[in-house]
Formats: sequence, structure tokens, C-alpha cells
Amino acid sequence: MMSERFMDKKGRPVVVVTGMGLVTSLGWGKQENWVALQNGRCGIKSISRFPTDGLRTTIAGTIPNRPGHTPENYSACDLSLAIAEYAAAEAVDQAGIGGAGSFPGPLIVATPPSELEWPHLRRLYLANDDKQQTGYRGLRAAARSGEFTDLARHVRFAAIADALQSRFGTLGEPLSVCTACASGSSTIQFAVEAIRRGETEASLCVGADATVHPEGLIRFSLLSALSTRNDPPQAASRPFSRSRDGFVIAEGAGALVLESYRHATARGAQPLGVVLGVGEKADCYHRTRSQPDGAAIIGAITKALEDAAVDPEDIDHINAHGTSTPENDRMEYLSLRRVFGERLSGIPITSNKSQVGHTLIAAGAVEAVIALLSLQSGIVPPTLNYRDPDPEIPLDVVANAAREVPMRTVLSNSFGFGGQNVCLVFAAEPN
Amino acid sequence: MAEEPREIWITGIGLASSLGDGVREHWKAMTDAEAGPALDVERFEPYRVHPLSDIDFSKQIPKKSDLRQMERWQRIGVYSAGLALEDAGIAGDPSLLPRTHLVVAAGSGERDTAVDSQVLDALATRADTAVLAKEILPSALRPTLFLAQLSNLLAGNISIVHKVTASSRTFMGEEMAGISAVENAVRRVAAGQAELVLVGGALNAEREDLLLGYELGCNLWANAYRPVWQRLEAGGGFIPGSAGAFLVVEAREHAEARGAKPYAEVRGIASNRARRIRPGEIRDSIDALFVEVSKGLATGPLAVLSGASGVSRPTSEELAFLDDLDTRHFAPVIRAYGSRLGHTVEAHFPLGVALAALALNRGGFYPAYDGGGEAEAPFPQASVLDRVLVTGVGHWRGEGLAVMERTSDGRA
Repeated sequence: MMSERFMDKKGRPVVVVTGMGLVTSLGWGKQENWVALQNGRCGIKSISRFPTDGLRTTIAGTIPNRPGHTPENYSACDLSLAIAEYAAAEAVDQAGIGGAGSFPGPLIVATPPSELEWPHLRRLYLANDDKQQTGYRGLRAAARSGEFTDLARHVRFAAIADALQSRFGTLGEPLSVCTACASGSSTIQFAVEAIRRGETEASLCVGADATVHPEGLIRFSLLSALSTRNDPPQAASRPFSRSRDGFVIAEGAGALVLESYRHATARGAQPLGVVLGVGEKADCYHRTRSQPDGAAIIGAITKALEDAAVDPEDIDHINAHGTSTPENDRMEYLSLRRVFGERLSGIPITSNKSQVGHTLIAAGAVEAVIALLSLQSGIVPPTLNYRDPDPEIPLDVVANAAREVPMRTVLSNSFGFGGQNVCLVFAAEPN
Repeated sequence: MAEEPREIWITGIGLASSLGDGVREHWKAMTDAEAGPALDVERFEPYRVHPLSDIDFSKQIPKKSDLRQMERWQRIGVYSAGLALEDAGIAGDPSLLPRTHLVVAAGSGERDTAVDSQVLDALATRADTAVLAKEILPSALRPTLFLAQLSNLLAGNISIVHKVTASSRTFMGEEMAGISAVENAVRRVAAGQAELVLVGGALNAEREDLLLGYELGCNLWANAYRPVWQRLEAGGGFIPGSAGAFLVVEAREHAEARGAKPYAEVRGIASNRARRIRPGEIRDSIDALFVEVSKGLATGPLAVLSGASGVSRPTSEELAFLDDLDTRHFAPVIRAYGSRLGHTVEAHFPLGVALAALALNRGGFYPAYDGGGEAEAPFPQASVLDRVLVTGVGHWRGEGLAVMERTSDGRA
């Protein structure tokens, strides 16, 4: 018989986190990041990767170069893979699970958009010497030569998952996930579901995004989603402030090893935290906006609390989605207020996006790692630039400096375009 | 603690392709031994595509404002998703839709290739990449286009148009996306994590950018049409086909309680990813999957709906696996449905499962599609079609198998 302590209140296997890895604009690895996060540093800077003159937004949270880890020439695919690998290696190493290159469970990857970038298209364009073949016809003629197979990885949606699987030796078919800016959280959700189904004892969850390129920037700019407060860059991302004017695009990777508590205990691994519950609800209102009453966000939070078998009173800290857009922060507040009522004003809340920027596809995984580090240490990293609180959204924001908060249970929110809402509940101990 | 997995029914099918629109038209076209594939040989010469048949999207997407927000791949998907919901008797049901989960297999959205070409021409005369960000892109790109490019926006549009909202997840990775999506839906329902799931994918094959992407890996067939198996002797390659394929996957108890009838049952599904470094790895991978999904399956004639693409190595290794099934005492009767419908990539595995469910429901198998070749034998006259093996072998990565079975109390 399976010991009761390995089962949750609903009779399902308890799922714990036994390894974590992190790369953000603040640095490579948990240690570098955690020091910077606690000290209230900001990773957002002026873009130097490409010329930005003429652009409305000229700042981003790009990954700092690290010799031996950063690809020589930037491409979204290669840099995303490099940081994904680093974070995953850190997580697997900490978990001490499996053998070298053999991870005993599936891989689930939140993967950024796969597309040819302008330098790639240009290579094909210049290679086509038959000027009768214009436009994409000419590009295809170049491709047909077979001389550009090295570019295929940029348009294969499973390329990043495939390379990670080869490196870490995960089992079965890897999942490549896109739920927009909730993707990182979705990987954790899917792993929890698989462990609860009894399909696997462990899973490697990775979210990565390194898409700071001209087109990426311009696209979000055209949606009026980005902050244009370029100077100084560190003051642009200001979640929950009255003067917030958009998010700052950023790069990052987060990785987590999830494992059944039973399996972790049997091999003597120390849990770093527990994934108590997951909740998801899709919005059907608009492609980029939430239902005005917040029904889907409320649904996701409520489902997560129910799934975790905790009451709103049990939540000690909220790691917010907090993008710093006027719309998101208002809707997130309204929805939290509906679920938590008056008590909301007493729950310390923070948005890591003020420090690392919005890591898009990776955000859920990056912020899950930070939420778990907070839970472990009893320290919540600050929401920077919180100098003019928005009176419409009164919250107990951990303003400008880290705060000690005794915590047992934490809620982490992730929302994405296309009506994606995923919420996770983490705890220090199984309940 | 593990409870007995629940029986999985397919209670709705939505199809749109080069051969028509809806279950009835597909059954008719796919069982017509004399008919051939629908092909467009000119638009993307030297490549062929199976173009979408003439479909009135407004029948499932009534609002013009919604249609305007979608690129064609999304329209195909939202349309066929609507057909599946209607077929399952869920469409417009305010009590069921909020409890219906959504799983979508998607690639990325469509680029404005005219803009791309214009930018490339401009760059050729002024080799100054700064000009790109500064002058050209901001005026050339449209915000609505970007939303059409996000992979999860097919799912987003399905939620908006059809009000499916229990959850929404999008898987990527070409053929693997379709296999992952169906497998995720089936496993969640089997384990009681969901009762009702709408799952599927869509491909718009008539895309300049998409064809370029596939041809970077030299995967396309650029010669006169041949059925899938017959491309092997001439280097192989796939012909993309436009299609949308959606299924309603439902727990048997849930279907019975609401009086919904099944097309068929999903008996087993499994997937894997061979590294494909050594020859034979794909074959070994599918073989291991077959051992898994065929447990307890009676030997004898076995109808196979093969998702083979025509790309040389995966297609020949799949054929070798199928040919070898007789050593396990199965006599495969193979149909590569891609010979008729084209290779529909993300939608291909859901499409195969849909065609299998349809055949099991109608009690008959499809005719050979290989133009008198040796791979596709006639279905034995005396046999009853009571199970179908569906194969999905990615043109680059990923392998999946599903075994579908007839249900005793199927839909009329």
C-alpha cells in the first residue's frame, strides 16, 4: 500500500519540485538571479543587438552574454535553446535524478515561435540567381538546392524540444507547448496531470524564449502592448503603478524537475516545494482582452485553489502575472479581488516582470522558479518602480525592496493572448 | 489507487479538405475507388498541393468581424471544429461548452509573403539592415496579422466563436503535434481528468511561406503526382494538403448519460520519438509502440490507415514495419489516406483517427489508393471491419499509433 503521506487530500500522488534552473536578463543560474532579485536589481536595458533608431520602444530584457553558452550569432531558435539547455541542466543537476543523459520521464517544453528571421530570408534571397523566380518562388528555388538544410531548425516547431531530449535523454515523445504567455505554467500543469495519472514518476518542464529581434519588437509595438518609456530602461516596467504604460519584452528560461513525492522520497531527494494545485480556464471574449467581469481569470484562480484543496485564506503570497500593461494589471486586480475579497489588501503581491521583464512564452516557468525560491527563503523580491500606486487597484505590493514574508502557500498567475489563463498553487510542504 | 481506465468514445467528427466538407462528403469521396485526388499543380509549381474545396466559412463562423481576424488556417480549423461540435450535439449548448476542453495541434500562422518579398527587394538595393526596423517593417506589418501568426490563436478563435472554454492547450511539432493532441485528450478522459474534449488541427497547404519551410529540409514532392508508397522509388517527398480535422473525444459514461452515440472507441494510443540517427530506428520505435497498443488484440486481418507522408526514410521504415506484421500474425490491409488528401501535417493524425472512426461506424473499409501498386491489398471480403490501426510517422520526427474499435451500439 502506498503510504498516505504521499497522497494529497484528493487521493492523488503528491507532486514535488526537486530541481530548478533559471536564466534571465539578470544572469545565468539561480544563484546569480536570486542575489540580483533580492537586491532589487533590474535586467532591462537599451537594446544593443540591433539598431533601434526610429523604433518607439528601444529597451528589452536581453540575456547577458556568457562565453561558452551564448551562440556566436543571434537567432531566436539558437539562443532559446542555449538558455533552455542551461536552465534544464541546472534543474536536472540539482534534482540529482537519472543517469548522465537519461532522465526517467517525459520532457515538456514551452517553445517560442519558430520562424525564419530576416537574415535567413536574406541568405535565401541572395542565393537565388534565377531572377525570373521572384518572391517566395525564388526563395523556394534556393531551398530546393539542399544547401540550406541548416536553416530547417528555425522552422521546425519541435526543434528545441528535440535537441533538449537528445541532451537529457528524456522518455517518450516530447511535448512542445504553446499557450502564449501562459506556456511556461502549462508545462508544469501538464506534468502534474501526467504524474497524477500515474503515467510517470517524473517530468522535466522547460520554458524558454529569446525572441528580442526587430520584428518581435515591432509586432508587440503595433499591438500597443510595449512600454515606450525608454529612458532610463530600468524604470519602464512598473506593474500596478498608475503610470504603467506597457510591458517590456524580455528573454529567459526556467526549468523544473517535477516528481512524485513518493519517488523523490524513495531516492532520498529533498523536495524544494510542492505543486499543490493547477487551474485553467479559457476566455472566449476577445483575442487580446479578458472578459470585462474577469470570469475566466476568476475561473482559473478558483479552479487552482479547489484543485489544491486550499481556501483563499491559505494563500500567503501572490506571484502576479503583473505585466505592467494598463489592461492586465487592472483585470488581474479585479479578478483577485473577487476571489480574495477584503483580504486581498493583506496579501503581499509582487511582479517579477519589473525586474526581469516579460519573458513571454517562458514567463510561467521563470516565475514558478522565483515563486518557489521565495517560498523556500521567506523573502519576496520587489516590484520595482512602485512610486505612484494606482488607486484603482489597491494591493499590498512588495514595493521597491524585498520583503520578508512568512509563507506556506503561494499563488502564481499566468495569462496569455488567445484567452489563456493558468494558475498554480505552490506550497512549502504537502498539506 | 489507479482505477480502471475509462472507455473512450469518438462522438463527433468535423472534416474539411480538398475532397469536401463534412463527414458524409468525405465518406463518399474516400470510398469512391474510381475518383482521384484533387490537386493544384500550377500555383506553386513545381510543387503540388491538395487545395481546400470550396467552403463557405460563414456557415460555422457567422460574424464577419471574426472572419476578418483570422487567416485561412484558422478559418479551416474553426470551421471544422464547429462541424465536430455540431456532429456531437454540443454546438450552442450552454451547459456543455464551458465543460468542454480544447486541445489543438498547430503550426505557426501565416506571413504576409507579399510584404516579405517587398522587404527583401528593398534590402537588396540598400544593404542596410537598420532600414528594415526603421522604415519598412513598422509600416508593412499589421497588428491583426501578428495575432494570426500566434500558434495558440486557432484555439483562441475556437473559444471565441464556439464558446469552448473548460481549458485550452496547443501542441506544436508538425505531425507530433497532432499525435500529442489526440493522446493528451484520450489520456485525460481515460483518467477522469476530463469528460469531453474537442481535439484536432488544421493546415492551410496553399501557403508560400509554409512550402518554403518544408522545402528547407527538402521534404516536398516536386514531380507529377504519385500515390504515397510509389514515391519511394523516386526519392520520396510529401504533397501538402489543406485540411481541418476535429474530433469530440468523450468518456463513455458521459456520452451515454446525454444520449450521444459513438462512431468508434479508442482502444489504445501510444507515441514515441526515435532519434533517427541509425537506419531502422523508426521501424523499431513503431514496432515497440505496436506491442503496446496491440495487447490483447486478436490476430488476423488488420485494417491500417497509414499517415505515411511519402518522405523517403520514415515512409520506407513504416512500410517495412507493416510488411513485417505477419510475423506477429496480423495481416495488414493498408491505406495511405495521404495519397488522396495530401499530407496534412499537424492535422494528419486527427484526420486518420477520424477516418478510422468513420469507417468503423459505416462498417466498411476504404479502397486502395495506390493506383494498382503492391502495398495496398483488397480488404478480405468475408471479414468484418471491427478494428483499425492508425499510424502517424512524422516526416522529420515523432511516431504514434492508435487502435480504434467498433462499438456495439454505434450511431446509425
